[in-house]
Amino acid sequence: MTTASRTETAIRPVTSTPGVPAPVHGRRGPSALRHGATLAWRGIVKTIHSPEALVDVTLQPVIFLLLFVYVFGGAIAGDTTSYLQFALPGVLVQTVIFASAGTGVGLSEDLHTGIFDRFRSLPISRGAPLFGAIGADLVRYLTSGVIMLVFGVILGFRFGTGPLAVVTALGLVMVFAFALCWVFTALAMVVNHPRSVQGLGFLIMMPLTFGSNVFVPAETMPAWLRGWVEINPVSKTADAIRGLLVGGPVAGPAVQALIWAAGIFAVFAPMAVTLYRRRT
Amino acid sequence: MNSVIDVEGLVKTFGSTTALAGVDLTARRGAVLGLLGPNGSGKTTTVRVLATLLRPDGGRAHVLGHDVVAEPAAVRSRIGLTGQYAAVDEALSGTDNLMLIARLLDLPRRTARRRSAELIEQFGLTEAASRRVRTYSGGMRRRLDLAASLIGRPEVLFLDEPTTGLDPRHRNEVWEQVRTLAGEGVTVLLTTQYLEEADQLADDLVVLDRGRVIAAGTPATLKTEIGGQRLHVRPLHRADLAAVTALVAELTPDAPIVDATGGLTAPAVEPGLLHRVGARLDEAGLTVAELGLRLPSLDDVFLTLTGHSAEDAEATTEEAAA
Repeated sequence: MTTASRTETAIRPVTSTPGVPAPVHGRRGPSALRHGATLAWRGIVKTIHSPEALVDVTLQPVIFLLLFVYVFGGAIAGDTTSYLQFALPGVLVQTVIFASAGTGVGLSEDLHTGIFDRFRSLPISRGAPLFGAIGADLVRYLTSGVIMLVFGVILGFRFGTGPLAVVTALGLVMVFAFALCWVFTALAMVVNHPRSVQGLGFLIMMPLTFGSNVFVPAETMPAWLRGWVEINPVSKTADAIRGLLVGGPVAGPAVQALIWAAGIFAVFAPMAVTLYRRRT
Repeated sequence: MNSVIDVEGLVKTFGSTTALAGVDLTARRGAVLGLLGPNGSGKTTTVRVLATLLRPDGGRAHVLGHDVVAEPAAVRSRIGLTGQYAAVDEALSGTDNLMLIARLLDLPRRTARRRSAELIEQFGLTEAASRRVRTYSGGMRRRLDLAASLIGRPEVLFLDEPTTGLDPRHRNEVWEQVRTLAGEGVTVLLTTQYLEEADQLADDLVVLDRGRVIAAGTPATLKTEIGGQRLHVRPLHRADLAAVTALVAELTPDAPIVDATGGLTAPAVEPGLLHRVGARLDEAGLTVAELGLRLPSLDDVFLTLTGHSAEDAEATTEEAAA
């Protein structure tokens, strides 16, 4: 590639493509969906091209799982096999929480690099970049959840229920992650730097995931902590997932988990959208 | 209607900071309008308002006859924007970045592919087209960014400091592209803090300082009106500098200014000065490497207009921000 050849190509007119139609506008409803889908495609291609982002959200829970199963498992549950049966459903919830925090970091990066400015200078619906990003992340949540399940099976996790229950479990964690991603989206709109979103996101995730019954049954905890652990949405979701993957009560914890998810969504989704409109 | 961009009394404040304090400007069809000023003078804010990214607090702005506040969609479909930082997705390939924008502009898939390929070729990115942008050099990113803003064949192109941080070779490439576009009839609004860049590219100039227009006109007009001609002499031997300075001082009203390269400049007011200086140098037996009349640089213009240099203004803005 020489400078001479570039100069030669540079004098070709930009507008030479015959038949490039002028952009079509005004079809608000369907075009918003179409643009959202295009932007979701971008998010998915991005995940495929940078698998390290997926590894990031999966690796941490994997390390926690290995640590807890092999280091503390024997002490907590008597032996590592029965501890894995106890812990894996909760770690699945933890995985999608980490993945949903990634939504906030990704949006913050897009705001930070100026790529949102480019989207906003295009004749597309204002919400398309936000909804496209979240749409793509739903796929990412599912992928990271499946990876975690496969990893659990490799370690020796055995399903105590049928395939339908497993699919329902994945559906439930995705509902929970979808509700929670609005918290991180709102955070991304008020915090200026992707690193700060990650740091503050961690402060939100820690009490949610460790102040829960994901790793240790609530009964062993002091009363003040148990008060939080027993109402923590992560505990409720983890309980429902245990029922769906291992066996045991499902309806009770599932309903409470869904109420939590609906509550989080009802508070944070409008807040995030308002902040998004203000920011963009 | 000849003016493509029409701005009247534009005001924008951020909290207690006034970014734009009543800016007026117009851009002619097919011309390159240079928006010149130091950091914090309001260049980027002006571009963001015109590209419908920011609502002004006062004044009016029309792009291609459409009000940027009332009809943002109509404006967006006909403009291209290349911001200060290359707004391309690092995780996608060059082609995918262009395809993304093309699809968002509702080009049918096949047309989108053809248009992307065409721009990739035009911007000399063919070999890197399928590589992730993460592996691109700064110059390649800027070129891709510029290509992305051209997908929809915009009639007006906003370039916010398009060459900041580029080395001279890549800067020249961007300049070449801007000239090509202007030649095709695209109206370009270009912000820069490089006086040389404005001089090279702009047909018309608007000089901004602290949110106000302090001068407007063609680069040549600005130079002649404000600065006037200058005499420039550089002796061949540095040892002769003092003698040459003394000689020139006798013939010019203001004392000559000695610059870092061992030359000196003085305002050339009377006609025939060049001849007389040449004759006197000959008489004195002083040899010079350079002797001539020059238009002042845009740096000189800025100094004359604001009473401070571009760098000073920048420092003041940063202090104010700190």
